[in-house]
Amino acid sequence: MAAPIEFGADTNTSETNMSLKKAISTVPPLTLRIVAECPVTKARACDLILPHSAVNTPVFMPVGTQGTLKGITVDQLDALGCQICLGNTYHLGMRPGPELIEKANGLHGFMNWKRNLLTDSGGFQMVSLVELSEVTEEGVKFKSPYDGKEILLSPEKSISIQNSLGSDIMMQLDDVVSSTVTGPRVEEAMHRSIRWLDRCIAANKNPDKQNLFAIIQGGLNAELRKACLDGKTFCCRGTLLDFCFFIWVKISFPRFVEMTKRDVPGFAIGGLSGGEEKDDFWRMVTLSTDHLPREKPRYLMGVGYAVDLVVCVALGCDMFDCVFPTRTARFGSALVPWGSLQVKNKQYAKDFQPIDPDCQCPTCKRHSRAYLHALFKNDTAAMHHVTIHNIAYQLNLMRSVRQSIIEGRFPDFIRMFMKRMFPSSAQYPSWAVDALASVNITFD
Amino acid sequence: MKLELSRVIQGGCRVGVLKGLGKTGQHSLEVPGCLLYTRCGTLPHLTQHTPHNPSTLPSVTQVTLSTIAEHQEVLEEFKDGFRKFAGIHDTVLYCSLHDPVTPCPTGHITNKTVSVWGSGGRIELTVARFMALQKAVQPDWYQSMADGETWQSNTSRKRVRKSVDRTLAHLDECLLIHHKTQELQGVEVFGVVEGGDILEERVRSAKETAKRPVAGFCLDGFQTGSMDQALRTQLITAVTKELPEEKPRLLQGVGKPDEVLACVEAGVDLFESFFPFQVTERGCALCFDFDVSPDPERAGRAPLTVLEQNEERDTTGGTPENGAGNPDHQTQTMTSFEINLKDKRYREDFRPLVEGCGCYCCRNHQRAYLHHLLVTNELLAGVLLMVHNMAHYHAFFSALREALASDKLDLLKKRVLKRRYMENEAKE
Repeated sequence: MAAPIEFGADTNTSETNMSLKKAISTVPPLTLRIVAECPVTKARACDLILPHSAVNTPVFMPVGTQGTLKGITVDQLDALGCQICLGNTYHLGMRPGPELIEKANGLHGFMNWKRNLLTDSGGFQMVSLVELSEVTEEGVKFKSPYDGKEILLSPEKSISIQNSLGSDIMMQLDDVVSSTVTGPRVEEAMHRSIRWLDRCIAANKNPDKQNLFAIIQGGLNAELRKACLDGKTFCCRGTLLDFCFFIWVKISFPRFVEMTKRDVPGFAIGGLSGGEEKDDFWRMVTLSTDHLPREKPRYLMGVGYAVDLVVCVALGCDMFDCVFPTRTARFGSALVPWGSLQVKNKQYAKDFQPIDPDCQCPTCKRHSRAYLHALFKNDTAAMHHVTIHNIAYQLNLMRSVRQSIIEGRFPDFIRMFMKRMFPSSAQYPSWAVDALASVNITFD
Repeated sequence: MKLELSRVIQGGCRVGVLKGLGKTGQHSLEVPGCLLYTRCGTLPHLTQHTPHNPSTLPSVTQVTLSTIAEHQEVLEEFKDGFRKFAGIHDTVLYCSLHDPVTPCPTGHITNKTVSVWGSGGRIELTVARFMALQKAVQPDWYQSMADGETWQSNTSRKRVRKSVDRTLAHLDECLLIHHKTQELQGVEVFGVVEGGDILEERVRSAKETAKRPVAGFCLDGFQTGSMDQALRTQLITAVTKELPEEKPRLLQGVGKPDEVLACVEAGVDLFESFFPFQVTERGCALCFDFDVSPDPERAGRAPLTVLEQNEERDTTGGTPENGAGNPDHQTQTMTSFEINLKDKRYREDFRPLVEGCGCYCCRNHQRAYLHHLLVTNELLAGVLLMVHNMAHYHAFFSALREALASDKLDLLKKRVLKRRYMENEAKE
């Protein structure tokens, strides 16, 4: 079931959505329409047609971990133009549990979100949050933090929970290995993840309504990097490859090939937002997009800083998620085109302009930095105001990126974006400069 | 402002409209009614001033010096007043002294000063500083500075007398400064009636305050917990006898529905609406019945079935674990007017908080979802509960006005106090 490619003008009209909804039972649950491709970089602007609505890419997906975006109503989220957001399988699987959510008509019904939902598999939380007992071929055994009971999260169990949640996009359970681990464990994890992907595909009860994405994980290891690739050639669009990163490819490339043989509607690039060197990071991303099918969406997991988003769009990614914008909001950090603004700092106590005078979000249209500064001492609403602004910032950024790709001026957009973000070109992060150079973007 | 009474019942309850509010005089507030309780200008937890139901919320916003005194310098630099600072434009602003939710530590009042507690600690106010604040805030009306520290049960007669004397002195000084201050022209002042639990002092305070040229009266020192309702009713009745009929009476610190009903009968016109916020902070939802319309088809809310009433009864009396909010806010004991959504029984309850309630929360969400949000300590719980609790509380006041206008107060009381009666029966 290959995802059909369609070319065409950007027609995400309500008419289109209506006729799509009527035909929904006869079309696959995911259709990717490539609306425009940047002739200079690897960027694309697409319409991703999912069961609940169309999604314009590139897209940033806010994270609503426990069936809610912290402090924001679904109405507010909808008004900001959000078309897809995340729910967390591990957390929701614990509380309130899949049976209850199923009774509530899935996660959409439970939280009353009418647009799309993406759920991850629970794999990352298993590794990062809980006491890991054992990883076997069966799955991952761990202790529940709520009652201490031992739980097995298998590919089947993860998909079963996600089926109950009813998300539009589900992630496979993969064998997650920390990027600091080396040796045979890394290879073992790679192979197992392919077997688990197959088990996930088999376990999906709703293939006509729920899309299962495969995850390409990448390990990083400085020593392993030095080995050479054995005779594989790449077809890259003129990118500059640093052959010191071959080992990642050595580990992952076979997995790539294997995974891309599976008939999944989309791919995620995982394991790349855990604090590794940015120099490694972008190389992994660009290698991934080089070897992932063009006609399927590329979801780069856990990426959310503005610079990272723009660069990774240039490297060919379509979808992103990150807790950063909403989490940092709750600490009073507002995202702006020139970086960020710590509203709780004394310097804003008497600053009567909005967070961003050019921003059209509800917060900026009504409140000043000074008022938010004062409100932070009194009421949770301050956090919510900044959360709304940060989501608006991220969604607006992606909207602008998309528009510039469609209008054939993405390279100029990148240059303007960087100029606004950094006081001088000397301060552009070198990894970003390198990454952009690899897709033909240079700065004078 | 001008109070137009349409009915006065048995020399106690009054129904009418407070007109001519605001600088332009175009706003009005129906009485009995309540003010919109805010912390620093916006409804607690809420980012929209009028969350989805603009028509049902009161037109007068209350801010307290407890939450904004520490921003005096900022407001003075801003120059355009608190309303503009907070982005709340189409409303009348009332400025009171203390936040009704957070009780002040006692023992800091002097002859010349009272204190409020901001986020950075104690702020001492002389009348001069108090008035400088009003000048910076630029409310539409405010209460004068007052010594109300008489709510503790062992307050001596001497102390009560002092609070009355000081409050009158503060009022006189406030009025003096008020008339000299350009920025406060057109702004109204309420005098504050003190007197603790001593009848003679209450009457004295009322008589004396009534002699001053004030636009209305705040009744202070009656807050929930300071005395039982019977005494409160007795004292308020005596106080309102001394107050001019045509001026509004605002009761501070009282918000529970049963207390509201009793105080309206004693002659109170206005209340603060902090009670829904307190309910929200303990993770509860208001659900008491106040529907007295004759036609069940037209009824806004379905009365609870007997089964539901029996169910709800069990959850009263205890102090639930901290729900939606800040543990610093005094989460008083849960009342019989609410349900504790953290309770396991709501885990699979897919009904709205209150059947027939038109608020955003009830139109869009279910008890099971609220339960989940509370169990997982999610911020959205506070947001949704605040929306519902405010809507429910204001609808209660609306029903109260209607009941008074159509002689149905007794029926309303029966409805509202229904569960209280049932509890008492169960105990006997």
